[in-house]
Amino acid sequence: MMLLLLLATLAGVAGLPATAAADEVVIYSARHYGQEPAFEAFTKATGIQIKMLNGDAGQIFERLKAEGDKTPADLLLTVDAGNLWNAARAGLLAPVSSAELARNIPAHLRDPEDRWFGLTLRARTIVYNPKKVTPAELSTYEALGDPKWKSRLCLRTSSYIYNQSMLATFIRRHGEPRTEEIVRGWVANQPTLINGDTKILESIAAGQCDVGLTNSYYLARILKKEPGAPLALFWANQQTTGTHVNVSGAGVTAHAKNRANAVKLLEFLSGLPAQQMFADTSLEFPANPRAEVNAIVKAWGPFKQDELNVAAAGEFQAAATRLADRVGYK
Amino acid sequence: MVAAAIAATVALPLVVVFASWRHPAVEVWSHLWRTQLLELLVNTLLLAGGVGAGTLALGAGLAWLVVAYEFPGRRLFEWALILPLAMPAYVIGFAFLALFDFAGPLQTALRRVGGAGVTLPELRSGGGVVAMMTLVFYPYVYVLARVAFREHGRAALEVARSLGHSPRRAFVTVILPLARPSLVAGTALAMMEALADFGTVSIFGYRTLTEAVYRVWTGMFDRVAATQVASVLVLLVFAVLALEGALRGRRRFTLGGRATPLPRVVLTGARAAWAAAACGAVLLLAFVLPVVELVVWARQAPAGQLAVRGFGGLVASTFLLAAASALLVATLALVLAYARRLRPSRTAGIAVQFSSMGYALPGAVIAVGVLGPVAWVDHALAALTHGVLGSPLGLVLTGSAAAVLFAYVVRFLAVGYQATEAALGRIPPSLDEAARSLGVTMRGALRRVHLPLMRGGILSALVLIWVETIKELPATLLLRPFGLKTLAIEVWERTSESLWAEAALPALAIVGVGLVPLLLGSRIDGGRH
Repeated sequence: MMLLLLLATLAGVAGLPATAAADEVVIYSARHYGQEPAFEAFTKATGIQIKMLNGDAGQIFERLKAEGDKTPADLLLTVDAGNLWNAARAGLLAPVSSAELARNIPAHLRDPEDRWFGLTLRARTIVYNPKKVTPAELSTYEALGDPKWKSRLCLRTSSYIYNQSMLATFIRRHGEPRTEEIVRGWVANQPTLINGDTKILESIAAGQCDVGLTNSYYLARILKKEPGAPLALFWANQQTTGTHVNVSGAGVTAHAKNRANAVKLLEFLSGLPAQQMFADTSLEFPANPRAEVNAIVKAWGPFKQDELNVAAAGEFQAAATRLADRVGYK
Repeated sequence: MVAAAIAATVALPLVVVFASWRHPAVEVWSHLWRTQLLELLVNTLLLAGGVGAGTLALGAGLAWLVVAYEFPGRRLFEWALILPLAMPAYVIGFAFLALFDFAGPLQTALRRVGGAGVTLPELRSGGGVVAMMTLVFYPYVYVLARVAFREHGRAALEVARSLGHSPRRAFVTVILPLARPSLVAGTALAMMEALADFGTVSIFGYRTLTEAVYRVWTGMFDRVAATQVASVLVLLVFAVLALEGALRGRRRFTLGGRATPLPRVVLTGARAAWAAAACGAVLLLAFVLPVVELVVWARQAPAGQLAVRGFGGLVASTFLLAAASALLVATLALVLAYARRLRPSRTAGIAVQFSSMGYALPGAVIAVGVLGPVAWVDHALAALTHGVLGSPLGLVLTGSAAAVLFAYVVRFLAVGYQATEAALGRIPPSLDEAARSLGVTMRGALRRVHLPLMRGGILSALVLIWVETIKELPATLLLRPFGLKTLAIEVWERTSESLWAEAALPALAIVGVGLVPLLLGSRIDGGRH
């Protein structure tokens, strides 16, 4: 009886996946939110179907690697420049030379060897509670190590990829000794470690801490729901290096079967209509500087970004993680 | 032979994990040693020990309460106390943080009443993590202990009574030792699950070896070193189980006679109220509160979420995968456990034990361990067909439902095996001998003697594997074919973006699909009495 049941369900499971489509592009994605409208627009404009498999960045690289030249994936889409850099280093991505991509995406948001392109921009900057802090008290990431922020700072753990990437670009910018000093300053202020940008924002609003570092779109999402929340954004390092930015982006795989379609999709995603959709759905900054940001985001005003190539996030990621371990930033 | 082949195949991904030691990541290890290895080990042991002790006490205590006593609500509690198992640990963790955190409703209200200085103990701590995991993992012990208590209960109690023991003494001196294999099995499962957990420790910022596995993997882009760190977990569990085996020695825990239900002691007055309150409190914390929080979130989700495209499909594929996994894993576990009973050798025992260690490994590590051999077979097939037929075959196994099911076997064999072996162990070997002397074949004895007696144990195995599969994320995510998606993946896609309101509905559906076998199981099980 049991065996029969087993066979029946196995047959059922085997029948689950449906495949086959003529004109398509296949995506492995470690970005799971906000791209749907742009994808639909692409299919509508070109007739090319999009087939997507979501996964965790680290794991989906392993699948791509294991599948080798047999992989069905044409395009790899992921958050975090460090991930893109890592995929390129592992030989999973092939260069794309496209005048359109070069025109749409600023040089510091794409691979110098053209194997990946940033599509959306996320700024990691200072958020504060305006009831307790005035903007005049704030200036730079470094200054959050000032003793006046003792027990008033909320940070995510150093296991969080965007923190690792941020520290990695600091290392690129200032060198390890100076970065170590900066992080030591934060740690000396005994920050409350909270895993979740949204949670950090809630804690700032509730008064558990007064300042924190989060990605801009998390704040935008909260403000969209609750415009009156006691939360305000401060653009860090405007007088000096500029605010740290990271990207989500994509690259064409080394063994793409539908390479032309994948390139077409990349170009489409970098164009104005798609960039506008990204900006409005996920409340990120469009990577294409000509696209308009969403109204909520616009209220924060223009800002100067750190124009180091975001590839630094990958190059110095391991060093950043080790540095955090050394100084006891958990 | 069949058993050996199964054990070897299942052990393959583990061999891949240990093969990572071909190139020891000396630099990473020395870095860990200098900065945090001691802390990681201490935290990991505290977590495993705390969850082990907590689940054992809670699981065995509650099981004894519902098996041996009669009190108001007992019939409801008896099956409802399994429900927390359907709750993914990181979901209950997040729900508790939302409720009891500084910014949560309770502390906010407390501050309003008592002033700014009023706070609750920090949940983001070792104690908090242990509490969360104990609340959702105790059903492993509960499920297995309940079957053992019920099957041994009466005879054991009569023996103890005839020796002049009070019921309480009888519980401690006779029934607990008799149920030992089941208690150990349940506790071992809970501890292994705690060791392999990443979601909860990550949300709570509690650094364990598993957290370090991901930190090394994603923060240092060094998967080989991460795999080596993970292999330490297997050694830890292996050591614990070996220790238990050594302590148990050659003692056997069987009792003759047909299992007859225990006459329940009817509790009255305050004692009845206490018993009901204890069961109710656990159920409230481990199930009702998180479910209420999920419902609150689900109501905050943007309108139209209820009509998510393909939600029915999600439920159906989750259901189907869970059923296939439960039947497949339980069958293989039974084959292994029976083979070991027929030929009890130390080597075979260790081999089977080793092949079920996948449960103690972080899911992502074991998933990659499965990916390796599966992709290798595909590439070998492609080369072969290219040579013979002239045109290579595409990927057959990689990204197929078969690969996903293989991963489930590797991950959950321990669950099936522990439950089945404990049930089999309760059957006295004299019955095997009697059956054989009557000329019944090995297979006939299994079908006519063992299986009927193991009914409760096998049912527990099916239920546990079913629920495990529904909650499973990393292996399904990595190995699935296009278009195959489960509820757990849907939840993860949203929570990985901090969209908890949007994740609440599929999370509730996970609990719902998990309920099916629990209800079914208690029905079939209950029908016996």
